[in-house]
Amino acid sequence: MTRLADAIIVGGGIHGCSTALHMCLAGMKPVLIEKDYAGRHASGVNAGGVRQLARHVAEIPLSIRSMEIWARIEQLVDDDCSFESHGQVLVAENAAELENCRARVAELNALGFTHEELIDAAELRRLVPAVAETCPGGVVSRRDGAANPAQTTTAFRRKAAALGATVREGIAASNVRQHDGLWQVDVGADTYAAPVLVNAAGAWAGRIAASLGEPVPVETVAPMLMITSRVQHFIDPVVILRGRKLSFKQFANGTVLIGGGHLAVPDQDRNETMLDWRSLAVSARTVFELFPVMRAAMITRAWAGIEARTRDDLPVLGPSARHKGLYHQFGFSMHGFQLGPAAGAVMTELIVNGGTQTRIGDLGIDRFHSSQPQR
Amino acid sequence: MTTSLVTTTPGRDTYDVVVIGAGPAGLAATAMAAGAGLSTLLVDENAGPGGQVWRAIASTPVKAPEQLGADYWAGADLVAEVQASGAEIVHRATVWSLDRQLEIGVSVGGMSSFIKARRVILATGALERPFPIPGWTLPGVMTAGAAQTMLKSSGLVPDGRTVIAGQGPLLWLLAAQILRLGGRIDRILDTTERRNYLAALPHVLDFVTSPYFAKGLAMMREVKARVPVTTGVSELAAAGEGQLASVSYVAGGRRETIPVDLLLLHQGVVPNVNLAMAAGIEHRWDDRQLCWSPLLDADGNTSVAGIAIAGDGAGIGGATVAVARGRIAARAAIEALAPAATAKLAAENVLRTALAQAERGRSFLDVLFRPAPQFRIPSGDTIVCRCEEVSAKDILDAVAIGATGPNQLKAYRRTGMGPCQGRLCGLTVTQLMAQARGKSPQDIGYYRLRAPVKPITLAELAAMPQTEADVKAVVRG
Repeated sequence: MTRLADAIIVGGGIHGCSTALHMCLAGMKPVLIEKDYAGRHASGVNAGGVRQLARHVAEIPLSIRSMEIWARIEQLVDDDCSFESHGQVLVAENAAELENCRARVAELNALGFTHEELIDAAELRRLVPAVAETCPGGVVSRRDGAANPAQTTTAFRRKAAALGATVREGIAASNVRQHDGLWQVDVGADTYAAPVLVNAAGAWAGRIAASLGEPVPVETVAPMLMITSRVQHFIDPVVILRGRKLSFKQFANGTVLIGGGHLAVPDQDRNETMLDWRSLAVSARTVFELFPVMRAAMITRAWAGIEARTRDDLPVLGPSARHKGLYHQFGFSMHGFQLGPAAGAVMTELIVNGGTQTRIGDLGIDRFHSSQPQR
Repeated sequence: MTTSLVTTTPGRDTYDVVVIGAGPAGLAATAMAAGAGLSTLLVDENAGPGGQVWRAIASTPVKAPEQLGADYWAGADLVAEVQASGAEIVHRATVWSLDRQLEIGVSVGGMSSFIKARRVILATGALERPFPIPGWTLPGVMTAGAAQTMLKSSGLVPDGRTVIAGQGPLLWLLAAQILRLGGRIDRILDTTERRNYLAALPHVLDFVTSPYFAKGLAMMREVKARVPVTTGVSELAAAGEGQLASVSYVAGGRRETIPVDLLLLHQGVVPNVNLAMAAGIEHRWDDRQLCWSPLLDADGNTSVAGIAIAGDGAGIGGATVAVARGRIAARAAIEALAPAATAKLAAENVLRTALAQAERGRSFLDVLFRPAPQFRIPSGDTIVCRCEEVSAKDILDAVAIGATGPNQLKAYRRTGMGPCQGRLCGLTVTQLMAQARGKSPQDIGYYRLRAPVKPITLAELAAMPQTEADVKAVVRG
């Protein structure tokens, strides 16, 4: 049986769920199709960083817009998402790194962005008392913070469903096709049809784009995280490093999350990842050096979520360059969680209004094809 | 024969066979694999061989043979066999990771390293089934298994007012052992459902011709001669202000409350699945034993190539079954790695016959001692997840607003995310959610478990051998 909807969204991560929610707020009735359950992969198991800090200039406008939504997240989804705003701090470990920080902040200021602020050793020590004394300073983005990713994605899904979105979990979308001006997608024995199709399928989105004739240079990655037992409270902001791969966050319950982008081996078709403990040991060494207070903490669990990473580490966000009614929202390259709320709002504006005030021009899919003639 | 090497840390980084766990299954597998000339490493968490059933067999202060019983001392022969087999044995070793590449992360004396195996035999045994009644988290409430550990390794027995509640063969064994060592038991509260006796009838012939029958009956008679036993117990609850003070229950239609210092709970054991699941081995819900069991072929091979499971981790069978399964798994490993060596081994059909004999009577025990729903699926304020203090009601509330399974529940209540990694709550959460959602436990599923399956310190992980890339970076730098 074919069911009509205003839009079909493939993928129940933070992006698909946010787009579903914002579509409902705009009066649309979308159907969201998720092969597992909402937040099963990267959206539910990422570090939960809500970060404007250290982003590529091309996505800063989207990130800033998202931050405004994060600040009132509970009003939007009826759940606080465990969002806390204690800032994020980028630590320079030596003088050369601090110089890079200085140049970066100056560049942003010249572009009119003021969310990143250069800090000296004294302010760094005030914000992060436990950091190794050799660090000369860094950059802070004071409105940044962290949230619980599974709780957040689940809250977006729940609110979207409450506002009228159809959420189909547990069966993959298949046979994506365009027929008589409508997009059609099979879900088990059912077929959904809609004038709009949003490809928000994370690690699986590249396959959908390619099957529709819009291949994107994208790979499947699985950044690893590990968490410790509870330790005495010693740090409020999220800490990231300039030179080495590390992100570091202590939760209210005392557990400490250690991430930073070391990769597991993904097995996309099995929904599995194989952890690389030698790389996690590198993370552990970095924390060991930077935060002596953490040395006796117990590592209780490590994991990785599967997602898509593009060649230029920027997402694909916007209309298809080939097909009417097709929109892409994927490839967030290990930093898409914070962008989720605004990306859904922007996507809805693109669909409903045909445009958006938020600058996303550098994120279009055509950037991968403009230099090559279309076949 | 070569003498085995008991070492403090693995001597090499690759072995033909690595056996994890030195209980009955692990010992049997090790003796056979090493005896056939395969380089074999046996790693075990305890200070000496034996696992739980033969715990401290080489060191127990309880020397009078009749106190721990003949079944306990039966392990001594197998230990001697392992010690003569040429295997390398590392005790106090915690395996915290195992993956599809058969790479094993092992911690010994605060230092971790990786070892590779061509075959892995998991013999990680069983855990006690969670027994979530009101007040089960009070100090003064213990599992029977914990009490038995103290008894075997240190000769310690309870001397305060003690009640044992629950059901299962191990409950009677523990009671007998406590009494023989001069310990005190004031009452046994038997929670076996009356209807189970009827349900078990079809299996009774199998049982009376099995070795369990005479031994079990004698043990129950021995205990009942010295301790009052209340049968048909329901609505069990522990109470006290910050410390256990009393236990109450309903029996024969009457509620009783008795003052007590120590309450030992036991309602059977279930496979210890954490390492196997973290390695990606497929499990299914076993509706008779009410637990997760790995999917295995006749040789104990799992869904992950190169990893076999033997012993209670393959499904609860007891020590004799574990020994038989250990030998079958080892024989399969030898056949794969050194086929010529199988000529000297016991024939496959001999091993399978031994297993079939050992398994006789088990179905009777499974049905008779099947725990009642009220002791598996708690309600109201009864704690389910001890690490995060989540009650049954909390979980039902999360289900009501959209939590569909144990992994989704983490987003609502953090269940299973504490240091026990789901060992104390996982089965309860699955069954509670299955009941609430009208689904089978198989459909509801289990926590996705990940390494480290036992916590290690950050310093220990930081001190692990570096990758080749890191070493090169340093050289270049």
